[in-house]
Amino acid sequence: MNEIGRLGRAVLIGFPYAWFGLFFLLPLLIVLKIALGRSADAIPPYISPLSWSHGGLAFDPTLANFRDILCGGCMRAYGASLGTAALATVLCLLAGYPIAYAIWRSPPLWRNLLLFLVMLPFWTSFLIRVYAWMAILQPSGLLNRVLLAAGLIEAPVPLLYNGFSLQLGLLYSYLPFMILPIYGSLSQLDEALLEAAADLGARPWRVLAEVVVPLSLPGIGAGALLVFVPAVGEFVIPDLLAGPGNLMIGKLLWAQFFENRDWPEAAAIAVLMVAGLAVPILVAQRVIGRERPA
Amino acid sequence: MSRPASGRWLRAVVLGFGFGFLYLPILLLVIYSFNGSRLVTVWGGASLRWYGVLAGDDKFRAAALTSLEVGALSASAAVAIGGCAGFSLSRFGRFHGRALFGFLLLAPLVVPEIILGLSLLLLFVAAQSWIGWPPRGILTIVIAHATFASCYVAVLVRAQLAGFDRALEEAALDLGARPATVLLRITLPGISPALVSGWLLAFTLSLDDVVVASFVSGPSSTTLPMAVYSSVRIGVTPEINALATVFLGLVLAVMTAAGWAIARQERRRRAPDTGARRGRG
Repeated sequence: MNEIGRLGRAVLIGFPYAWFGLFFLLPLLIVLKIALGRSADAIPPYISPLSWSHGGLAFDPTLANFRDILCGGCMRAYGASLGTAALATVLCLLAGYPIAYAIWRSPPLWRNLLLFLVMLPFWTSFLIRVYAWMAILQPSGLLNRVLLAAGLIEAPVPLLYNGFSLQLGLLYSYLPFMILPIYGSLSQLDEALLEAAADLGARPWRVLAEVVVPLSLPGIGAGALLVFVPAVGEFVIPDLLAGPGNLMIGKLLWAQFFENRDWPEAAAIAVLMVAGLAVPILVAQRVIGRERPA
Repeated sequence: MSRPASGRWLRAVVLGFGFGFLYLPILLLVIYSFNGSRLVTVWGGASLRWYGVLAGDDKFRAAALTSLEVGALSASAAVAIGGCAGFSLSRFGRFHGRALFGFLLLAPLVVPEIILGLSLLLLFVAAQSWIGWPPRGILTIVIAHATFASCYVAVLVRAQLAGFDRALEEAALDLGARPATVLLRITLPGISPALVSGWLLAFTLSLDDVVVASFVSGPSSTTLPMAVYSSVRIGVTPEINALATVFLGLVLAVMTAAGWAIARQERRRRAPDTGARRGRG
């Protein structure tokens, strides 16, 4: 475009480009560098694999950090994170699909209000929403007292700091991210198709299973991605709601960095996480790139 | 399509459970903020006791001021960066490095925040040993927040520009306006809704972040989420309930104001624009 001129164009592209190069790409390269370095009792606590010596650049990398994380408990934590995130995705789908469907089948006047109500919690603090569950799930919390009063249990059951509270927290925090894309897919669906299927004698459940769900697969895919990817690297929810048995990779990275001050190993875990997430990220770029042609 | 009564009933049950699940915990949190008891779970009569405790708590007040400052600065920076980025991607077609540019603007949305925080901290540590700058504190949190928030702004700006009528810009150019004037007087007002909602979104994201800020902040700069987090980690206290209620009230007020402004703008846009035309004619 020549209306704005060469200089304007260079500034408009160059400014964000330089920013992201400096504050996103370069930091990731530094993480990679430190992951190849050695831990040391110094400030900062590592020895860089790159150094100037005898007037030349010396490159002395080590794969020890990767060896450590591949052998140690880290792979177990990584596997546990993937499993936890997968379960959370399935739970969000099972809870989110009926809600998205019910919103879609509501009278048009209601739809926008209901969608707004789905989005509203997103604007409130995530930390506050997780905290709200801590109070409910405590041994003396509301849920235990309701269950006791109903005679369903005889003594308070541990609801907090285990796999149950972890999944509940993930479901609660990520549910809107599943509902919105599914609703987006459903809203583009031609209702005449439903009438046609019904006219041809399909029962409502069959219309749902054979027409509606297959046509909303793009929304399900987008929702699954939006839940799964952040859930793998989630730190706050596992830290506040999960117990010692629920190892997550994000928590491990945090502990290595802040508690053990092993920066190279924390960096190696980060590299492993990025590598593992590269596939869904590339898929996301494809999908979003197709939706918004330039 | 005829809707059987059973379907309507089922729909009401699903929506009731769904929204009950989403809103009951928040509602309970608000109710228990007015609890007179020291225990979060036992009702000790209605009281404003915890609001008093909160008002006298310097730790949270200082953290709230830090958060407001970080949020306003990073949101403004994010609008500038994301606005340029969204405009470039939407208007300049193919240019050298466009694929990498698109990737850089998308990746921070999906990279876990713990990695964003770690990588930026390592950058700041390295920069400090090379050039002695920047000191870790408000500035580094602002840079970190602006980086990931500008990706959201870019998405909003691109979406707005996709629906923007370019005939307006062309008409202005034909009438002899200089390109820079067109950009400032036609295009910029045209994408202002995306910039405003982008600013609000960036501000909210900044106010919500605990992980990235924990990595890049310095010893003297604690944001509100960081203060809440360290207090919640120890256990639940009614003071946090009061803080959460104040926060929710503010969010609701801002949302209502923003919704009202958007609705008013929408009405004005839809109304026949005879007045405007006469005025300028």
